[in-house]
Order: sequence, then structure tokens, then C-alpha cells
Amino acid sequence: MNNRNLKQYIGITATRVITIISILFLITFLVFIFSKGWKVISFSFLFESPREGMTKGGIFPAIIGTLYLTMLSITFAFPIGVLCAVYLSEYAKPKWLINIIRMAINTLAGVPSIVFGLFGLAVFVGMFKFGVSVLSGALTLGVLILPIIINASEEAIKTVPNDFREAAYSLGATKRQTIMKVVLPTAMPSILTGAIISVGRAAGETAPILFTAATFYTRKLPQSLSDEVMALPYHIYALMTEGTHPDAQIPIAYGTAIVLLLLVLSINAVAIIVRYRIRRQRKW
Amino acid sequence: MVNMEHPAMAAKVLPADRQEIIVKDLNLWFGKKHILKGISISIIPNNITAVIGPSGCGKSTFLRCFNRMNDLIEETKIKGSIIIDGIDIYSDKIDVYSLRTKVGMVFQKPNPFPKSIYENVAFGLPIKGITNKNAIMEKVEKSLKDAWLWDEVKDRLNASAFELSGGQQQRLCIARALATDSEILLFDEPTSALDPQATNKIEKLLIELKQFVTIVIVTHNIAQAARISDYTAFLYLGELIECGATDKLCTVPKDKRTEEYLTGKFG
Amino acid sequence: MYNKTNIIKEKLFHFIALFSALCAIIFLSGIIISLFKEGYLIFKEVGVFHFLFGKSWYPSQDPSEFGILSLLIGSIVVTVLALIISIPLGISSAIYIAELAKPKEKEILKPFIELLASIPSVIYGLFGVVFLAPIMMKLFNLSIGLNAFTASIILGLMVVPIISSISEDAISSVPKSLREAAFALGANKWETIIRVVLPAAKSGIISSIILGFGRAIGETMVVLMVAGNAACIPKSIFNPVRPMTSAIAAEMGEAAVGSSHYNALFGIAIVLFVITFISNIITEQVRKRIRTK
Repeated sequence: MNNRNLKQYIGITATRVITIISILFLITFLVFIFSKGWKVISFSFLFESPREGMTKGGIFPAIIGTLYLTMLSITFAFPIGVLCAVYLSEYAKPKWLINIIRMAINTLAGVPSIVFGLFGLAVFVGMFKFGVSVLSGALTLGVLILPIIINASEEAIKTVPNDFREAAYSLGATKRQTIMKVVLPTAMPSILTGAIISVGRAAGETAPILFTAATFYTRKLPQSLSDEVMALPYHIYALMTEGTHPDAQIPIAYGTAIVLLLLVLSINAVAIIVRYRIRRQRKW
Repeated sequence: MVNMEHPAMAAKVLPADRQEIIVKDLNLWFGKKHILKGISISIIPNNITAVIGPSGCGKSTFLRCFNRMNDLIEETKIKGSIIIDGIDIYSDKIDVYSLRTKVGMVFQKPNPFPKSIYENVAFGLPIKGITNKNAIMEKVEKSLKDAWLWDEVKDRLNASAFELSGGQQQRLCIARALATDSEILLFDEPTSALDPQATNKIEKLLIELKQFVTIVIVTHNIAQAARISDYTAFLYLGELIECGATDKLCTVPKDKRTEEYLTGKFG
Repeated sequence: MYNKTNIIKEKLFHFIALFSALCAIIFLSGIIISLFKEGYLIFKEVGVFHFLFGKSWYPSQDPSEFGILSLLIGSIVVTVLALIISIPLGISSAIYIAELAKPKEKEILKPFIELLASIPSVIYGLFGVVFLAPIMMKLFNLSIGLNAFTASIILGLMVVPIISSISEDAISSVPKSLREAAFALGANKWETIIRVVLPAAKSGIISSIILGFGRAIGETMVVLMVAGNAACIPKSIFNPVRPMTSAIAAEMGEAAVGSSHYNALFGIAIVLFVITFISNIITEQVRKRIRTK
């Protein structure tokens, strides 16, 4: 083996080994969480409220809370995000404004989630007086996922061939009709993929809801938008750091982690499968 | 040349006399580039007019003037007029959208929407204000028959348009353009993406269609122009060099450049 | 159809789309304004320099001290260590997936990495506390397992999928012709990767690293749970630290609205925002350079 081939052999082997190590790391992580939490999961764990100061019972209110928060945040962010993408790609004028908007979106995408939390605290909880509530939390999460939805929608709209727009215009369609009847329906599967991914993101975020929505313990389910809620990610954190019986709380944290993990992973798996399908089926 | 396999055609009533389309001193700029230079021509109704010329001579741009598709391109400036049915389509009062329902267009590459066959043909109808379901269905059927596609698709109107072959897709696009009661159809090299058989069928269809629509077709294929068109216009570097009856222009061109193009010296 | 209602519909739609687009600016301005509105008072109170470089952070004592140097250093130490771990792992796996893996492997690895990138950070934090911290204690004979190093490992692990997937995209989008040219000149696979493919994908790889940096320095839950939460300047990487994000998360609950402490926490958020903003601008510039190339 000459020097060059030796180098190649070493290089490729090293790359492979390092890759395997990082995959193993990540698999260890998943296996650990699942093996620990699996025993905790039961019907009553999923559908009961917590009891005896968080040491017994289930996490039903946290599941419902997370559902409320994510659904509400996507309801708020989806139309704004899609229409924003429509403006950026279909209207795209004036240039200077588009540049500013793009910069704003990029900046928003990079803002740490805890900073969103403070923003929510100052604006939704404080200024708008929504208090610590589902509404404040969902709005904060909505702002957080907005850049994801915008970027996914814009990518999706970009893949709509110009031929379709021209055909619509040539049939007398106006810009709005072209967008509503041709561009958006064509792009919708990909846009929805982005929306699904952002739901997963919203479901897993803790920092933004720390001061805007989440509470450690409530037996009742949220009755209105101005109620505090339990939420899965916050519940894990709280079980680890608050309360007085860590030994009884940690297994519940494992169980909660599995539920959250399964929720987020299945949401994302759906998105990945949908995207894969779209790519395969696309004929234009 | 009447297609016998197509019964709807026999009952076709010829439309009332249409006026000529008059293009007067048409100039077009993209930014600072002068693309079309003072074109004046009359298009005879219910005839096929072919526009030929080497690539980049502005023939597609010229075609897109008739339904104002060039409006969609930024920094387009147009001077001159095109008079359709006695009205200048470049006057301020004209509604571009209803103009486009009247002047249909078929593109180089078949471009059906990613919708069903039915939805494709019906697309322009609600835009025109036709919302009655039965009326739409009637129109769809008639347009598909006129475009010689009905028999091939009548059992699968809800199938995706992408299931059709290239030639069928192009005829679907023709049906789509016919559905809005177009009086004029613009064809932008409609067969350049099709095989000879499909091309042949489209050419025959065009000859049939001219009974009730006025056709302007851009083609890079001189033989095609000779086969189907009644009149031919030769465009070169944005100028209209010569136009006239196809058989004359193709056999005894007046201008040297036309002759050179026809004999394949450039293009 | 050309009539009044349609013109109105058209304009209304345009306006709604424009407004939605402006929302991005509105929300960003909202963030900036709310941070500065609550945070600038602390700069006025203790001065920017003292705030950034003051060594003591005693927010609830009397007299209180608001110097965030220890928090800043905590953030930097944890982030840098995390990147030292995640860059080689992330880029190696990106090279492997893009260039060396068989199609079948690639088909499994790519979505797997994408899935990992979506795991909530609080679960990584949980893993750090209950799995890694005890191991670290035994391994390095430490009295406390929750420290800067443990946090960096978890954080690094979390950033690997981000760096990997973005670098992989960059490497995969290097045109085939470049590789073929290198092969034609007699280069072997490895030489082609190192000398041709990686340099061509450089900008994408760099922006993946900057993105990983932004993610690591802005991450809250992992450091809050795993870094040990001691607001003092670490003497070694095995000391507990309190990065800026965890200071905000841990202390906001007890800071009274409008107090100096409250303002100081918003002040920290300003610092965080500025850091991520700058890293964003750098990424933008790198991306622009790709485009102009």
C-alpha cells in the first residue's frame, strides 16, 4: 500500500469510526430514555391527573396543555407565515422592504428561545395583560415558530413552476386567484410539512413558556385561554428541579420524557415521510 | 379537412363576422433593450397566422403582446396599439383579465395544473363568473370534444392531468383555453415538446379549430408553418420583415433575409 | 371579471399579505423594544462596562451586584467546549453520509439525523442529569457531576445533528463535475474529498458551525439542568457554571417585576440577543459569498 492509499484508508476509516461513535452516542441516549421510561407508561399515567404532590398519578393535564399550546400557536402562526411567504415570493416589491423583512426573519430564527420567553413575558403577559396563560404561551411559541413556517412556505412556493402561474394568468386569473387557486394548492403539501415540523418544535420548547404559560401543578384542565397550564416539557424540568420527593418524581419525569419524545418524533417522522412522498410523486 | 371521428364538429355554427386584429406600430422594450421594433400587421380572423423567425427574434414576445402577458415582466414598456374587436387592448380602459379570457394561450411545454382533468378545463370558468355546476360540466364536455380529447378521457375526468401523455396534455391545455369561449388562440411553439405523431394530431386539430377561433402560432419549424398556416409573418431582430399568404411567402419571398432564413442560412 | 368587488378583493389580499410580511418586522421590533425597555435601566444603573465585566453577580443581596462576567464566561466555556466536541463529529458524519455511505445507509442515516435534531432540549437535559452526570463523577472522580464539562458534552451532542445535516446539504450540493475533474487528474477518493469537495462546500460548512454556535449559546434547558448553576468564574472545566440563559431562566421567577434584578435579567437577554444577532450577520455574509461565487 503506498503512502496515498494509506492516507485514504486512514481518512475514510476515521470518518466512518467517528460517524459510528456519534450515532452510537445518540442511540445510547434514545435507548436510555426509553428503557427507563417504558415501565412508567400506563393507561392511568396518560389519562390521570397528578396526585400527592406530584409523586403519584399521571400527566394528563400536561398532555392536554401541550396540545392546547401547540394547536393555538400554529393556528396563530400558520396564516401569517404562509401569507408572509406569499408576499415575499409573489409580490416581492419593493426590493428594499423585502430585504428588511428577510433580515428580520433570519434574525428571528436565531433569537434564543429564552429571549422569546422574556419577550412574551414583557409583551403578552405584561403589556397586553393576558397574564401567565395558554394565550400568552401560545402567542410566544407562535412568534418562535413563525420563521420556520415562513421559510418552509417560501421554499415550497419557489418549487411551483412558473408555467402554472403563466397558464393561470393566460386564462384571465388575477394575481390573487393565481395564488389562491394554483400556487398555494400546488405548494400546500410542502407547506404543511413545514407546519408539521414547527408543531414538533413548539411542542418541545420549554424556555418560552417558563414565564408565560406553564405551571408546575394544577389538577384542572385549562378552562379558558387565560388559564395557566401544565405542559410536557416544563413538567419534565419541574419534576427534576422542584418538589420534595426526587426519588418519586424522577420516574414520572422519565415517563413524561417518553411521551414528549414519542410525540415530537412521530410528528417529525410524519413530516419526513410526507416530504419523501411529495418528492417521489412530483411530476413537474 | 374535416375530422370525421369528431361528431360535435359537424354541428358547429360559424361565428358572425369578426373584425381583423390590427397591430399598429408596436414597440416593446425590456428595460433598455428594444425587443420589438415598429411592427404593423393585420391578422385575418378565422385563419391561422404563423410567426416564424430565428431564435431570439422576439416572436414569442410578440405573441405575448396579444394577451398582454408581457405586463407580468417587470420594466416592460410598450408603445403602439393592438386593436381587437375595434378596441385598443393597450388603452387604459381595457380590463386585462377579461381580455385574457377572450384571448387564450397555449404554451411551448404542456402545462396542465396539478389538478384533475375536469378541474383543469373548468379552471377559467368561475373566473369568468360561470358558477353553475351544470353549465360548467357542459362547457367542459364541449371544450374537451372540440379539442379531440373527450373520447380519451370521458371515463376518467377526475384523474390527474399528469396521467395523460404529452400530446394529450397539450390538447387538454387547448381545451382549457377554449372553455372560456376564446375568440383568439395564441400558440407558442405548441408542438416543440411533442413527438411527430402527437404533433400531427395537434396540427390537424388547429386546422379544424380555425373554423371558430382566430389562431396565431409561433413556430421555429418552417415546414409546420407551411403545412398549417394561411398567412405567415417573418420576424427578424425584432422587425417584421415580411408577411403575406403562406404559399407565396414560402415559395417566392420578397426579402433576401426571408429567403436566407427559409433556405436555412441562419436560425 | 373586472368590477369593483374584485378590485377590492385584489387590493385587500395584497394588503393582508403585506401586513403578514410586516409581522416579521413587527415581532422583531417588539422583541428589541421590550428587551431594551426593561433592560436599559440596568445599564444606566451600573454602566455597560461594569455590567459586562463586573466579576460579582449578587442580584438578591444588599447591596446587590450586577456584573455578568461569570455568566458570560460560563456561556462561552460551555459553548466553545460543545463546539469542540460537535464540529468533528458533525462534519465527519456529514462527509460520511454525503460521500462514503452506500445509498441504503444514506437513506436511513439522513432522516435519523434529522429526527435527532428535533428532540426537545429538556430531554437532553434529563439525560445529562440522570445518566451522564453520575458517569462523569466516577470517571473524573468529581464531587459534583453537574458542571461545565458535562453540560458541554450534552450540548455538543445536541448540536451534532444540526452541524451534520447542514454540512451534509452543502457537501451534497457540490457539483459532480468538480469531483469528476479531480478523479480525472488521478486523485483518489479521499484526496478528492479533502482537496476539492470540502473547500467547495466550505461556506456551507462554516455557516453550519455558526448556526451550531448560535444554537449552543442560546440553549437554555440543557445548561439550566446540567451546568451546575454556580454564578462564579470557573477555575476548571469541571467547575459548575451558570451560563447567561440559565441565569435568566432560573432567576426570573424570583425577580420582582420592575426591580433592578428584573432589569438586569433583561440586560442579559440584550447581551444574548446581540451575540446571536452578530453571529447571524456573519452567517448571512458567508452565504452571500457563496451566492456571488
